[in-house]
Amino acid sequence: MAIGLHDSSFKNPVVRWVDQRLPVFTMIQKEYGTFPTPRNFNYFWNFGALAMINLMIMIATGVFLAMHYTAHVDHAFESVERIMRDVHFGWLIRYAHMNGAHLFFAVVFIHIWRGMYYGSYKAPRELLWILGVIIFLLMMATAFMGYVLPWGQMSFWGATVITNLFSAIPLIGPEIVTYLWGGFSVDNPTLNRFFSLHFLLPFVITGVVFLHVAALHITGSNNPLGIEPKGPQDTLPFHPYYTAKDSVGIVVYLAVFAFLIFFMPNYLGHADNYIPANPLVTPAHIVPEWYFLPFYAILRAVPDKLGGVILMFGAIAVLFVLPWLDTSKVRSMRFRPIARIAFLLWTVNFMVLTWVGAKPAEGHYVLIAQIGTMIYFAYFLVVLPALGRLERPLPLPESIARAVLGPKAQLGGGPVPGAATAQPMEKA
Amino acid sequence: MRIVKALAVALSLSFASPVLAAEAPPPPDARFGFAGLFGTFDRGALQRGFQVYKEVCSACHSMRLLSYRNLLDIGLTDEQVRAIAAEYQITDGPNEDGEMFERPGRLSDRFRRPFPNEQAARVANNGAYPVDLSVITKARAGGANYIHALLTGYVDPPAGVEVMPGMNYNAWFAGNQIAMPNVLNPGQLEFADGTEATVEQMSRDVTTFLAWAAEPEMERRRQMGVKVLIFLAILGGLVYATKRKVWADVKH
Repeated sequence: MAIGLHDSSFKNPVVRWVDQRLPVFTMIQKEYGTFPTPRNFNYFWNFGALAMINLMIMIATGVFLAMHYTAHVDHAFESVERIMRDVHFGWLIRYAHMNGAHLFFAVVFIHIWRGMYYGSYKAPRELLWILGVIIFLLMMATAFMGYVLPWGQMSFWGATVITNLFSAIPLIGPEIVTYLWGGFSVDNPTLNRFFSLHFLLPFVITGVVFLHVAALHITGSNNPLGIEPKGPQDTLPFHPYYTAKDSVGIVVYLAVFAFLIFFMPNYLGHADNYIPANPLVTPAHIVPEWYFLPFYAILRAVPDKLGGVILMFGAIAVLFVLPWLDTSKVRSMRFRPIARIAFLLWTVNFMVLTWVGAKPAEGHYVLIAQIGTMIYFAYFLVVLPALGRLERPLPLPESIARAVLGPKAQLGGGPVPGAATAQPMEKA
Repeated sequence: MRIVKALAVALSLSFASPVLAAEAPPPPDARFGFAGLFGTFDRGALQRGFQVYKEVCSACHSMRLLSYRNLLDIGLTDEQVRAIAAEYQITDGPNEDGEMFERPGRLSDRFRRPFPNEQAARVANNGAYPVDLSVITKARAGGANYIHALLTGYVDPPAGVEVMPGMNYNAWFAGNQIAMPNVLNPGQLEFADGTEATVEQMSRDVTTFLAWAAEPEMERRRQMGVKVLIFLAILGGLVYATKRKVWADVKH
């Protein structure tokens, strides 16, 4: 072993040569091979891996779309249809990208929901959680700008409505909107910069995802019991246990994805976006994509523009401080009988907001959106801080192994990281 | 001024109750053969539908995303399609003398537009703009069912409803007043295959043609989807069995 080289445990001479100089194999082995992972994950823990795969699919399909797309108001709509008709498998690439966006939000919503239900945001995972919220914000920006690119009616009018939100900022608002547009209305400069940013942001997301995963590998994963692993008997090596379990979820996810692409590719979209953008004709309803609807409902719940904008951004911003709003030391809702009910009601309320966001802002719908908005914020700002002090949680299990194997089981058995499946990389 | 207008628009869109045209009811299910999960386009209906488009709709409506070569996909032969393309005079050029010139259409040409631009179309149609039909079934809620309902929806207005001058009453159009007149009348054209040209028949056929034009990849897409889902079902079984085997020695 020469001085300065990494001490590699790999026997294959080529792998060893690389690993001594750049220990990528050791790193993969450590982070995805023997990485000690709680043994009691349920299938909700698939969704991080699913989101990662979804991001890769979006970037791969997006790069190919960008090769054929023309970011110009006179050609954008037609170039998208040209991809659908004349590019080999262009319809497949474009429908995969389009439905991939829908699925990405579905996957990430479930991923976030899981984090909230099992208290994954609590110490010591606050930064991990905050990085996740940043990813979510970047995703929303990316999806919004991507939706503008086909330059259909909803693209144009969605862009007009959302960019105009910034005009609510006192004094400098209108100025900011002009800079966002690159002119005095949504037009060719807007489309060009949105295309540029839509190409850029996914790589920013990838960077933050890397930090998200890096932070995860410092603190380790949370688990359905919400108690930290106390030793080897509580964990399993990531490979082969969770590579196998994640693979099951991945195939199911791909089946749902395939069904959307091949059999109902436009079901989640809006018909109006197949009408070329026309600044002179306003659609009867301007409705954002479904994943923005809860926030759109909050925006419209307030009969004041600035107030609505503040509340809408506040609905995301409150997630940043969630680790400190929840004062309970118990992570998993399994052991918090009252908070559990409150959170499930909050979940139903979130779905109600989604539903009402698609309705016109009139009559009873406004009232429903207002009540929904209050419930949304009350959970974070009143219920969670109070319950941490008032609620009496159920007794926590002594350890993960005790809860899984039963009280009489002898602990210390079972596979231990570094023993049973020590070097899966080398078997290959 | 424009910014003020844009602001006003955004404000009214976001916060005021939108001013809506009276909504039409959802169109009935016309039970098209291509509508189901595994449906395909009837080639006879596609060819008859193209005939309806060519002889009726194309007088006003463009289909600018389609080329004559696309007609090879609806079961017409190479000679037939070349003959159809050659019926149209396409403006080409400039030639060596710097002049634009007319020539018969070729397979690679886009469908010739009935009007050179939107203004010309509006002048010829009483101010209304006949929309491009390339993706019309994707661009309307209700899709093909809506188009069929609309084409067969020209009925006498109910008592008390006054139709504005230049407009026509249609049961399925939002607001019920549509600039497009009824264009389908029984027996107005003769189908090459001898099918009787009823309004219902012509409407169904042209709607089928428009649905194909909007999604020409649909049949291939569904075929591939079946293969992909079968593949994933088998892979899913194998992966699940693997997962069971891996976890067999661990209580969890």
